Amino acid sequence: MDILDEIKKDYVIDLMKKEKRPDDRGFLDYRPCTVEKGIFDSAEGSARVKLGKTQVVVGVKIDVGMPFKDRPEEGVLSTTAELLPLASPTFEPGPPDESAIELARIVDRGIRSSNALDLNSLFIEKDKVLMVFVDIYVLDHDGNLIDASALAAMAALLSARLPKYEDGHLIRTERNDNLKVTQKVVTCTFSKIDSHIVLDPGLDEEKAMSARLTLATTPEHVCAMQKGGSGAFTRDELMSLIDISFEKGNELRKLLD
Amino acid sequence: MEKPKLIIDGKRLDGRSLDEMRPLKIQAGVLNKADGSAYVEWGANKVLAAVYGPRECIPRHDASPYRAVIHCRYLMAPFSTLDEHGRSGPNRRSIEVSKVIKEVFENVVMTEKFPKTAIDIFIEVLQADGGTRCAGITAAAVALADAGIPMKDLPCAVAVGKIENEVAVDSGKLEDNYGDGDMPIAIAPRNNELLLLQMDGMFTKDELRKALELAFSVFPKINALQVEALRAHYAVKKDEVDRGD
Repeated sequence: MDILDEIKKDYVIDLMKKEKRPDDRGFLDYRPCTVEKGIFDSAEGSARVKLGKTQVVVGVKIDVGMPFKDRPEEGVLSTTAELLPLASPTFEPGPPDESAIELARIVDRGIRSSNALDLNSLFIEKDKVLMVFVDIYVLDHDGNLIDASALAAMAALLSARLPKYEDGHLIRTERNDNLKVTQKVVTCTFSKIDSHIVLDPGLDEEKAMSARLTLATTPEHVCAMQKGGSGAFTRDELMSLIDISFEKGNELRKLLD
Repeated sequence: MEKPKLIIDGKRLDGRSLDEMRPLKIQAGVLNKADGSAYVEWGANKVLAAVYGPRECIPRHDASPYRAVIHCRYLMAPFSTLDEHGRSGPNRRSIEVSKVIKEVFENVVMTEKFPKTAIDIFIEVLQADGGTRCAGITAAAVALADAGIPMKDLPCAVAVGKIENEVAVDSGKLEDNYGDGDMPIAIAPRNNELLLLQMDGMFTKDELRKALELAFSVFPKINALQVEALRAHYAVKKDEVDRGD
């Protein structure tokens, strides 16, 4: 495994020097991407995203619960990610590791800081709010789990229907209103390979990258960023990636309509 | 608690201007057993960093035949905030913060010199006042240098916040809690590359550019204090040598 990775890494870096990617894409092109909303009837909201050969599903469940003490008038948003062992030989069973936690927290940060899900709309009465659980299930890992997961999470929230609330309980068989989603947040993830930067890295490219940068955007704002990996970015690179993220973000947003 | 006004007459709650950082004190070599250590007081932050290694890698299957692996454990003490007693041990936030701090040092430590070993970095936040990961990075860099571990550079970090539609450097806790955004940045000062970059909040491109400018305006000060702390610590030892102790 290890040795093959090293060989593939050299191969990808050599290709980059010839201005090519392993699958012949342009440096700033996404792989073919599809978004399906409402794939599970059991969940209040759900979606499947296929990004090239990467596949992620998200289920949204809604419960009634207590608000956080420091935010008594807001509902609760909780985002988790499972890197399922069936998705990759490198994913092991067990509690979420640092990659899974980071993935969930990046997706969460984009949604939360842009107020894409209006948490105030989830308030019911004192000490009683709606809790929205966004569970990201990675089914097939071929690179760029962040963008696929963020897109699937947003699609699942957009597809969610609120169960009827009566006497402190939810009647899950009667779903009416949509969740109040105010923004469509999307993320663009870039990989730095040698001195080149590519959008939407595939798995082979991720193995060859030194660093990764994710920008979550709404049409006017950058609402979350996260750098990963041991490599570095320059200030100029960051400024140009902001422009690209706004442009590519608009393309991704269309997939959510 | 109602959201307090964070800027009054152009000044922040603690009287600072938008481009002014809090007082920062750094001390190197504060612990006995650790191979390297440092203590940072930054505003009301009190952060201790210690380094062990290069030493045997545990668990062994983590070890690499090519380089030393860096482990990093960032933790906030349960008594480190004014809030109720926190839970001890790692949580989702601290696991993520530990990961991004580890990646900062993977960039600068010459890990290829110590294959099959581990370098363990421990960051303990004893009192938290906003910007603890940046204080932790600034302390850990000094601790690594104190441990004599070869590095290409001495990273330093600061967080820039957005408060009441203004960009302000070195956010304090209230600004963190009630502000509209936070962007921790760590760099390698010799080539100015970004080693840690996180952000939440709503920033326009111009605000991000401003935030970077503000961060880069204080990095030389932080870096100078790190170097001074190391000089001060080793100057004592030189005196001892001169006196023949």
